[in-house]
Amino acid sequence: MNPLSTETLYPVQNGIGNMVRTLFPESAFYINTLITISCLLLLVSLLPVFLIWLERKVAARFQARLGPMRVGYHGLLQSSADGLKLIFKEILKPEGADTFVFFLAPVLPASATFLVMAILPFDHHLQVADPAGGVIYVIGISGLSVLGILLAGWASNNKYSLLGAMRSGAQMISFEISLVLIMLLIVMVTGTASLREIVLSQQGTVLDWWIFKLPGLGIIAFLMYMISSTAELNRAPFDISEAESELTGGFATEYSGISFAMFFFAEFVNMFVSAGIASTFFLGGFLAPQFGLAFIDPLLAFIPGFIWFFVKTFFVIFLYMWFRWTFPRLRVDQLMYLEWKMLLPANLVLLMLAGFFLAMGWIL
Amino acid sequence: MDLQPVNKFTSDSNGIPEGFSRTGSSGRSSEEYFLNMGPQHPSTHGVLRLVLRLDGESVLEVVPHLGYVHRGLEKVAEGQTYIQNIHLTDRLDYLSSHINNLGYCLAMEQALEIGIPERGEYIRVMVSELQRIQSHLLWWGVSGMDLGAVTTFLYGFKERELITDIFEELCGARLTMNFFRPGGSFADVTDTFIPKVKNVIEIMHKALAEYNTLLTGNIIFQERTKNIGILSKETALSYGCSGAVLRASGISYDVRKNDPYSIYERFDFDVPVGSIGDCFDRYSLKMKEMAQSVRILEQAVTHFPEGPYRSQQKAVYKLPKGSYYSQVETARGLLGTYIVAEGGAKPYRVKFRSPSFSNLNVLNELAVGHKIADVVTILATLDFVVPDLDR
Repeated sequence: MNPLSTETLYPVQNGIGNMVRTLFPESAFYINTLITISCLLLLVSLLPVFLIWLERKVAARFQARLGPMRVGYHGLLQSSADGLKLIFKEILKPEGADTFVFFLAPVLPASATFLVMAILPFDHHLQVADPAGGVIYVIGISGLSVLGILLAGWASNNKYSLLGAMRSGAQMISFEISLVLIMLLIVMVTGTASLREIVLSQQGTVLDWWIFKLPGLGIIAFLMYMISSTAELNRAPFDISEAESELTGGFATEYSGISFAMFFFAEFVNMFVSAGIASTFFLGGFLAPQFGLAFIDPLLAFIPGFIWFFVKTFFVIFLYMWFRWTFPRLRVDQLMYLEWKMLLPANLVLLMLAGFFLAMGWIL
Repeated sequence: MDLQPVNKFTSDSNGIPEGFSRTGSSGRSSEEYFLNMGPQHPSTHGVLRLVLRLDGESVLEVVPHLGYVHRGLEKVAEGQTYIQNIHLTDRLDYLSSHINNLGYCLAMEQALEIGIPERGEYIRVMVSELQRIQSHLLWWGVSGMDLGAVTTFLYGFKERELITDIFEELCGARLTMNFFRPGGSFADVTDTFIPKVKNVIEIMHKALAEYNTLLTGNIIFQERTKNIGILSKETALSYGCSGAVLRASGISYDVRKNDPYSIYERFDFDVPVGSIGDCFDRYSLKMKEMAQSVRILEQAVTHFPEGPYRSQQKAVYKLPKGSYYSQVETARGLLGTYIVAEGGAKPYRVKFRSPSFSNLNVLNELAVGHKIADVVTILATLDFVVPDLDR
């Protein structure tokens, strides 16, 4: 086996991976890598199509209208049609824009989300890689999307884009701090930074999920995660970097065609990743909900884990959409106030309390 | 390739775009810059163009540039007969076209001493109040959207649609009505008018409560609007503001109450007044105004009389030599119509005093010191209609 390969570190531990290893022991690494990459690519390219359709449908329901209905059954093919249209659109570059950076910028957020997808535990053994420092990997890689937005705003040679990028930079960097602190809290109580281990630490009934297991703190931490991650995702009510009514399109003002679609796709896959992490950290990930009731528990446990993972993730995604279509937007200084004067101190107190609970042995 | 940005402003020798009062640097350490907002911008509601002088995100000065939809309506009016001119008033503030029609007709009636039958007066009041609610609903939806709450837009339009349907049944138009004539209106209301208005009254009670839950009570919304863009009494008066913008600053002046036209003095309604004149005051005032309009409608529906809807109409209207002025309270404030007649079938001069124009001029006073996002909030609560600015 290739000594430099990740195969030794992060083998694909599922039925298909083992089958490939028995059939082609020599080139198993390459075949497995190819399979996982194509599976992820398929997921990454199908998810936004579905999520955009879902967002439009959810928005329509909130707004007492129907949403897309014409293309396909209840408009299911609408976002594919839109995506196809965007591919064939001309990509315009504004006069005076920095060509290289301008075209590099949309690629970064898209690739960042793709990379984070690789360590999401979809099921017991349905995970491309499970590094021991998975949480740190997530934090590090998701920082790339900030870079993409900053570069986009900087390279566009447009004041609206620049303002959007500056807002986004300030916002995402500050909210990343509280996001990291919340993740740290879970890492502290579980004693592991591997995403799969974090899920496995929540085995048992529903009350063993971290949202309920930490006495009182779990639910607060979950709410704070939802606030911080909504801000991190640049979604309403924290969409100040795009802020259509103020900055026309923010960082994406000058983007058109497929380069705009890349931002759009990244935004939606990012939402999935963020929701996936929320369900991994707080809602028991791929574990089936168990209520301690003999007649229903085996039935729920019979449903495969990846379905539970998707159910939980889509529940969190629905929450994100609910926020977006209900709240007005915050102003940029109010957003900073919320982070530095409210969320961050609250986070530190939460962390201290969790440490205290842990020391007292109140958390198992 | 030329990397210099394209200069979109007409600037003087110091590089300062036209219209700015202060030239040179403000002495701050950071660099000032100018931002062009509009005429194509989502929250300038049409083709208003603003040039902002900014320090980071803070606004130092705002200069509005008007005239992108100037159609010379007042000049056009000189070449047409009096009746033909009624439809021009539709194009002033297109969200209050019934009330604009009324203002113009009042001036003509004053000149020709035409009386209006009882039923005609009731139709005028009811249609005007429906128009006011309709306009406020659109404003509510759009200002919610300016603040980032897109859902309000659809909610406002949902109820607005009912009123627009009533108008469509009345006169066939949904926006530019051209409905009122000297002595009444060009057509009588249909039998379905009163039941439909009753339905609107019923729904509006529920809808207003729903709007307050969705937007007014929201903490983010209150944070965004309270203490933003405070307009003092003195400034409001000196700029000639009217309508909700004036009343929010604490001055109770409503043409319907202080200089009643039509039969408004017969109705029992309040004129809501604000306290400090910030964006939230202007917002909540308009919400209260909708409730008051519903109150007027309730009274009108119960007393709606039978009889003729229009007094005897003439073949040609010729105003006697002289000048005539009338004023009405549109959804945005005081609309004055001034007609100078020379005795012919066409006016010598028509002048409209539009509320949006005076209300917009306080923008610089309100916006200075706030952030870009607040400029959008202030624009939303000033509630202007760009064709009314430019005429």
